[in-house]
Amino acid sequence: MKAAVIIFPGSNCDNDAKSALEKLFNAEVSMVWHTDTSIPKVDLVILPGGFSYGDYLRPGSIASKSKIVEDVINKGKKGTPILGICNGFQILTETKLLPGVLIRNSNLKFICENTFLKVENNSSIFTSRYKYNEIINIPIAHHDGNYFADENTIKKIEDSNMIVFKYCEKNGSISKNSNPNGSIKNIAGVINKSGNILGMMPHPERAYDKLFGTVDGSKVFTSLLDKLLR
Amino acid sequence: MTNSKNRQKKVSPLTAYDLGLTISEYNKVIKILGRKPNFTELCIFSAMWSEHCSYKSSKKWLKTMNYQNSSVICGPGENAGVIDIGNGLAAVFKMESHNHPSYIDPYQGAATGVGGILRDIFTMGARPIANLNCIRFGSPKYTKTKYLVEGVVAGIGGYGNCVGIPTVGGETYFNKNYNNNILVNAMTVGIAESNKIFYSKASGVGNPVIYVGSKTGRDGIHGASMASAEFDETIDSKRPTVQVGDPFTEKLLLEACLELMESDVIISIQDMGAAGLTSSSFEMASKGKLGIEINLDMVPQRETSMEAFEIMLSESQERMLIVIKKGKEKDAEKIFQKWELPFSIIGKLTNTGNMTLYKNSSIVAKLPIAPLVSEAPEYERKWKKTSHRNNLLNKKLKKINIEKSLLKILSSPNLSSKKWVWQQYDHMVMTNTLIGPGSDAAVIRINESPNALAITTDCNPIYVNGNPKLGAKQAVAESWRNLICVGAKPLAITDCLNFGNPEKPEIMGQIVEAIQGIKEATEYLDFPVISGNVSLYNETDGKAILPTPQIGAVGIIYDIDYIAKNIWKEDELIYILGENEIELGCSVFDEIIQNTGQFQPPLVNLEKEKKIGNFVLNKIKKGFFKTCHDISEGGALVAISELAINSEIGAEIEAPKGSSSEWWFSESQGRYIVTIPEKQKNTLENETKKINIPCFHLGKVKGNALQIHKEMSISLEELKTCNEAWLPEFMTN
Repeated sequence: MKAAVIIFPGSNCDNDAKSALEKLFNAEVSMVWHTDTSIPKVDLVILPGGFSYGDYLRPGSIASKSKIVEDVINKGKKGTPILGICNGFQILTETKLLPGVLIRNSNLKFICENTFLKVENNSSIFTSRYKYNEIINIPIAHHDGNYFADENTIKKIEDSNMIVFKYCEKNGSISKNSNPNGSIKNIAGVINKSGNILGMMPHPERAYDKLFGTVDGSKVFTSLLDKLLR
Repeated sequence: MTNSKNRQKKVSPLTAYDLGLTISEYNKVIKILGRKPNFTELCIFSAMWSEHCSYKSSKKWLKTMNYQNSSVICGPGENAGVIDIGNGLAAVFKMESHNHPSYIDPYQGAATGVGGILRDIFTMGARPIANLNCIRFGSPKYTKTKYLVEGVVAGIGGYGNCVGIPTVGGETYFNKNYNNNILVNAMTVGIAESNKIFYSKASGVGNPVIYVGSKTGRDGIHGASMASAEFDETIDSKRPTVQVGDPFTEKLLLEACLELMESDVIISIQDMGAAGLTSSSFEMASKGKLGIEINLDMVPQRETSMEAFEIMLSESQERMLIVIKKGKEKDAEKIFQKWELPFSIIGKLTNTGNMTLYKNSSIVAKLPIAPLVSEAPEYERKWKKTSHRNNLLNKKLKKINIEKSLLKILSSPNLSSKKWVWQQYDHMVMTNTLIGPGSDAAVIRINESPNALAITTDCNPIYVNGNPKLGAKQAVAESWRNLICVGAKPLAITDCLNFGNPEKPEIMGQIVEAIQGIKEATEYLDFPVISGNVSLYNETDGKAILPTPQIGAVGIIYDIDYIAKNIWKEDELIYILGENEIELGCSVFDEIIQNTGQFQPPLVNLEKEKKIGNFVLNKIKKGFFKTCHDISEGGALVAISELAINSEIGAEIEAPKGSSSEWWFSESQGRYIVTIPEKQKNTLENETKKINIPCFHLGKVKGNALQIHKEMSISLEELKTCNEAWLPEFMTN
């Protein structure tokens, strides 16, 4: 498997994503600098977590205008699998590749903790190895992960099965109490209509080795293998 | 020396006094120069001779803490200490205070504290792998406390999270003696190749001096002098002396510097911390016994018409001074261009022995470097031993209820869970955090290898206040014990000595005795101090903080498959290893429940400490103990409760026959709680007996409640709620 991780000034989970891909399936990972104009031909593009451009203006907004993102948009529209994690998700909403926006957490604080997620869509290329409604444990670490969209958009993404992960209790119930950041409908991850671009606030690259206490994030990456081997 | 373009303020002894120099120090300046200094020069003297930069009150005593061992690659005196950890790698670490700025502007003060210590680490050529923060506030009842906690925690998180270094531990503490003088002590640990450490000593006449990083502004001017003075009612006017941080630039600077360090162009490097360009350039030149020439017009500036003294004293953040090999300017510049950071050749090394500053093509200051450093004032302050107040109980002890006492202690400000704090810190980024905040020590894997570093910070200021020598010794011993608890071999420590006004003999006495205590413990435990920082004048309106010699310690784990955690398993047997005396002086129990005001902290027996510690460490390394927790503030019952809450499994326990209820709350030192499967019972009991280590079978891991036979039964749910509720409630109400 070949993958590319985009590095923006201020990205800080770029190496974590690289390690995860290398550890999980010895992937060949190219690190692509933000001023480059094209991404090599790969099976997966990752927009990593961090604080691209210092989160100045709005998280993800300056990165969405960077040179390399033009090619991300290009490849995304042509069907290359793209995974935006945390700041990467913010960049994807800023580019409009994904619907909605990520606003400040409802408690106005940075939150770093393990969260339970419910897999709402296991038919995507990123989630095919999960069971439908499986409850998984993946950490979050963000200041602006409060997913918001207007009613029409929400209806549209619900009808099109674009909500992939929701925050939930340990037993799976979707409650206010289990919503760490105020996201509408407890939304933690969204995929585009064509099913090749996933944005998620939780960090699967921090949850692939039992050393970190949970391996529940690894299937986000390994699911892709099924598609590639097919 | 002044001309029409560079008009400078007039200088008099009064100017010197306003800048924080004494009259005799001013006279010394005149003697060194052989003339009256101009204003810029005087400013430079005042910064270099401030307590913060010169250690003039503590130097005499710091020199006595000189114990080093063969693993130490670089001891105190550089940006950070360096210790060999094997496999060609070194751990680089230091702790530093940012107390005064954090009180004036909690968010920026704390944030730039993190920024400063991060730079100290990567200046040495190390990639930072962990941050820790010890924060001490006034009473929760004090009106400003909530605002300060909110700002400091957000500032630490805001900076560390953005740079992408996990914040994995520290302490949060409340006591009314910090009401108007909070403490923010930041520690960073980094990893470097042991043969690629970078130092600040300049060499090579003619080599260019490079300025990189943020532009210089008017923030933080006189910061070093401010940090060396007491607070009074004019505090709010001091806000402009606090620097403003930009973690985004720090992240770029970190990556750019580490990239530059991979090529062979750097001769020496120094971050611009306290007293900015002044102290960094002085330090480099003086260590290399050279002169330095700087053209201030070349210093990148973010404001217009800055004066020479402003440029020299600015404490704008995220800046570095680098001496590179002549001819390599272009190579270096390319890297900083890639990271979009200002880069400027601002001067060169000379053989004059002077610091010569130019502005508008004329000389604005000319100072001899050697005497300014070697003749810096060093004071032999008067000191008085802390009197050991009568420890006999005058008050009759109340009969206590164990259950109620425990719940009260677990929900008290200092013993309650600090999750509210560390949830705001990204403690997982870099995916090496094997044990994060809220444990005995944090454990961070090294470069994805089987090795890991264990890191802890410790100090009980109530103990130090009762008996400075014993209290400081205890802080070192506890940090040693906390490293053992996770299965790490203790390596070395850093210290951050926070005290009041050293001109008062009783405060100076605390400093002297605390240093003696640290010295004794580090020598006995083979646990050298490799870096440190001193913060004095922590007083407001004449009232000093509790003496706080904060210790930060690092140990090494060679095989991450053998780590002990604060998690036990159902049906395991629970043991206490170590001597269970009843010692309640300076204890949490005394403070919260009995209130007798006993002043003698628990005794520290280094010989026993070492013996038990080594035994426990060996057993963890062999996989015999997988659960280990030290008994500290609050005593055995608090430690047991923490294990139960953490593991989500209860226990049935019993004290030795005939012991009083107080037994559960004693803070006797050198004790560990361990658990083992039943089949290992005989092995443990026989082995400890053979080498004479007290080993008491306390009970069994079991059920959904913490129970003491016939005395107490608390459900896990209640225990957890009681422990976790206080801080979030305090912060939201």
